[in-house]
Amino acid sequence: MSGTSIVSARERALAVLGGEPDDATLRRYLHGIPGIDAVGLEQRAAGLGTRSIKTTSKRWALDRIISLIDLTTLEGADTPGKVRSLVAKAMTPDPADPTSPRVAAVCVYGDMVPFAVDALGAAHGDPDDGLVSVAAVATAFPSGRASLAIKLADTADAVAAGADEIDMVIDRGAFLAGRYGEVFDQIVQVKEACRRPDGSAASLKVILETGELNTYDNVRRASWLSILAGGDFIKTSTGKVSPAATLPVTLLMLEVVRDWHLATGQRIGVKPAGGIRSSKDAIKYLVTVAETVGEEWLRPHLFRFGASSLLNDVLLQRQKLATGHYSGADYVTID
Amino acid sequence: MSFLEYAPAPESRAILSLRDSYGLFIDGEFVDGRGTPFQTISPASEERIATISNANEADVADAVAAARRAYDNVWSRMSGRDRGKYLFRIARLVQERARELAVAESLDNGKPIKESRDVDVPLVAAWFFYYAGWADKLDHAGLGANPRSLGVAAQVIPWNFPLLMLAWKIAPALAAGNTVVLKPAETTPLTALIFAEILQQADLPAGVVNIITGAGDTGATLVAHDGVDKVAFTGSTAVGRAIAKQIAGTDKKATLELGGKAANIVFDDAPIDQAIEGIVNGIFFNQGHVCCAGSRLLVQENIHDEVVERLKLRLSTLRLGDPLDKNTDVGAINSKEQLERIRELSDVGVAEGADRWSAPCVIPENGFWYAPTIFTNVQTSSRIAREEIFGPVLSVLTFRTPAEAIAKANNTPYGLSAGIWSDKGSRILAVADQLRAGVIWANTFNRFDPASPFGGYKESGYGREGGRHGLAAYLAPSAVGRGAAQSSLAAPATAKPIETADAAPKRTRRAAQRRQTDSATKGTKR
Repeated sequence: MSGTSIVSARERALAVLGGEPDDATLRRYLHGIPGIDAVGLEQRAAGLGTRSIKTTSKRWALDRIISLIDLTTLEGADTPGKVRSLVAKAMTPDPADPTSPRVAAVCVYGDMVPFAVDALGAAHGDPDDGLVSVAAVATAFPSGRASLAIKLADTADAVAAGADEIDMVIDRGAFLAGRYGEVFDQIVQVKEACRRPDGSAASLKVILETGELNTYDNVRRASWLSILAGGDFIKTSTGKVSPAATLPVTLLMLEVVRDWHLATGQRIGVKPAGGIRSSKDAIKYLVTVAETVGEEWLRPHLFRFGASSLLNDVLLQRQKLATGHYSGADYVTID
Repeated sequence: MSFLEYAPAPESRAILSLRDSYGLFIDGEFVDGRGTPFQTISPASEERIATISNANEADVADAVAAARRAYDNVWSRMSGRDRGKYLFRIARLVQERARELAVAESLDNGKPIKESRDVDVPLVAAWFFYYAGWADKLDHAGLGANPRSLGVAAQVIPWNFPLLMLAWKIAPALAAGNTVVLKPAETTPLTALIFAEILQQADLPAGVVNIITGAGDTGATLVAHDGVDKVAFTGSTAVGRAIAKQIAGTDKKATLELGGKAANIVFDDAPIDQAIEGIVNGIFFNQGHVCCAGSRLLVQENIHDEVVERLKLRLSTLRLGDPLDKNTDVGAINSKEQLERIRELSDVGVAEGADRWSAPCVIPENGFWYAPTIFTNVQTSSRIAREEIFGPVLSVLTFRTPAEAIAKANNTPYGLSAGIWSDKGSRILAVADQLRAGVIWANTFNRFDPASPFGGYKESGYGREGGRHGLAAYLAPSAVGRGAAQSSLAAPATAKPIETADAAPKRTRRAAQRRQTDSATKGTKR
């Protein structure tokens, strides 16, 4: 799904915007999008959260959640050893149950990519083939406060080391100051830095950091901006800012993705990240995806959970379905 | 498998312990009615639920007499504080038995369990809590000091929100010091009868609330009864008009909450996704069996096609089916008669040239069902744009300017509710100012709160329910109430205002309070 070439993305942006993607044109476009009523949005999200997913549906949902997880470690204290442990968990989530699917990807800092690639070995590849991808956060994650040159080098490094996916952050300062052209441009250039020598490209997830954008109107504008600039995925948060992913914000981003698909036929992915810890919450997200953009979005190239502790809760629920009783934290492994 | 075909998630009926047959609840006891009993059925399956007594004229007289006795001897003399205690107790019992009430409501009415569980029953408790707080503050109801209760209230309620309408009627009546004879609708008597059990559990003095079941003639007999001081009715405009004629020339007071054909106005700057949700909620909530439903969508012409497209996409995700399944969005139509009326008016819409589109739902074999339907190309002169359909049918009309929107919205014999969708606050206020509707929602729809008065203009009825206004409808200024006058004739020595106790010496008053507290708190345990 690295499908869209930069040229066509730019052309499409020009066609949609009706002009060069500078501050004024983008402002005109983004501020012309219908607004969001916060109360109504939250009410709808709460309504979707009341769906009751039982028996066979629950079984399917739990397995699907696992296969949509970006198993994540993003700590200053990360070491090759920690990453190897994470990768082992990603490949074999439940040692007691080989039927458990693998997660979609491991998500690490750029300098940890070589160790992740190495640890995955033959299991490194496309999640659609039952393999595990490597995602790297880049562009001076999480704040994004660095020069463009540094951000591009950060990205290129990670791609060269074997990252399949790049999770970049937008410049929230520039966005809030109304410098939409700058944000647009940076995404375009990072996308360019995702290219490999063979012409293929790493998939680009654009992190909006919704907790810093503060309003739903801002989130909607940033979503459109990121998609116009060529992002393959829009992602809620770094996980370093509170609030991180919420159901209303994810619903809103899914609505943008739905509208973009209706308008252009192109499918963009959505990744809520941070704060989703329980199976129950994750199932609410699956319901929201299925009822907003459709069930076809529930695959690794179009939807991901950025999470670390979620996996173990899903495994516990999975064991409960298999055995009929709850086990405990010591019946799943720490990574 | 398809994830969206969610596995069945039925709410268990095991929580219900229904009787095979129910009597009339008169003077604190269940007694057999003297009319011909009838069956109440589940509209989703047409299976029989229970046999229900039918109150004839003699039964109505008994109920009114019981209410009068309770009024004269107990309720009108009780302090507001103690009446409040009973109401608080009822509210808590409703919460305790919430799941049971929700299951019974969905079974008998056909509405989805998620609505009875998340909307109806919580609002019922909220109504009792709210009016419980008013019971000892009647001086602030806006009628001056020491307002009087009216006496015996005859209350006739519809089948669309059986228990909620009961709460809207009973809670303010009791808080104000009246006693009640209530008749639930013929097709949905079940929760009212379970509520009668709750009243027994709450130890409410016998006769303060009487619940009699039967059809329209029972209601008419009740309304016509001489011993009734106040009539409160929610239902169709035709019946409301008949009641108004019936009580003309008597000194019965009345509040009538009747039909509606609400305009839901969507401007081109509306928050579009939330507006779509609001339109869906406005007309498909409770299968459209809502008097304040947003059944006329007025959409600005320049976004008409987009709104209709999005609406169709959204309606295609609605789940129609077993009301007791927790994932059901659209339940059963309440009765065969209502289904026939919806079908008839829809066919009229097609005959008049409107375009019908129905959501692709699988209709169950048994029971009464109607798929969510929208009509486009509807003219203001179409019957489906004029008459209340009271079903899941939306008529879409367009407008070009705010002035046209206002004119079209007001061009109806009704005036119960309206909705406005716009991102521009000043426009919302300006338009709301000119709409002739009792309730106006801005960027939302079908939201209810016990503190907010509800009622209509024109053929939507008169009087208000809810809030201070709803309380005042059960009160008269000091020394005017007919009921109070009667009771002072009957028992001149004791029919003093309930606040008299406050003038008593401190010690006596405390002792009296203690006694009242004891009597009002015992019996809360089941």
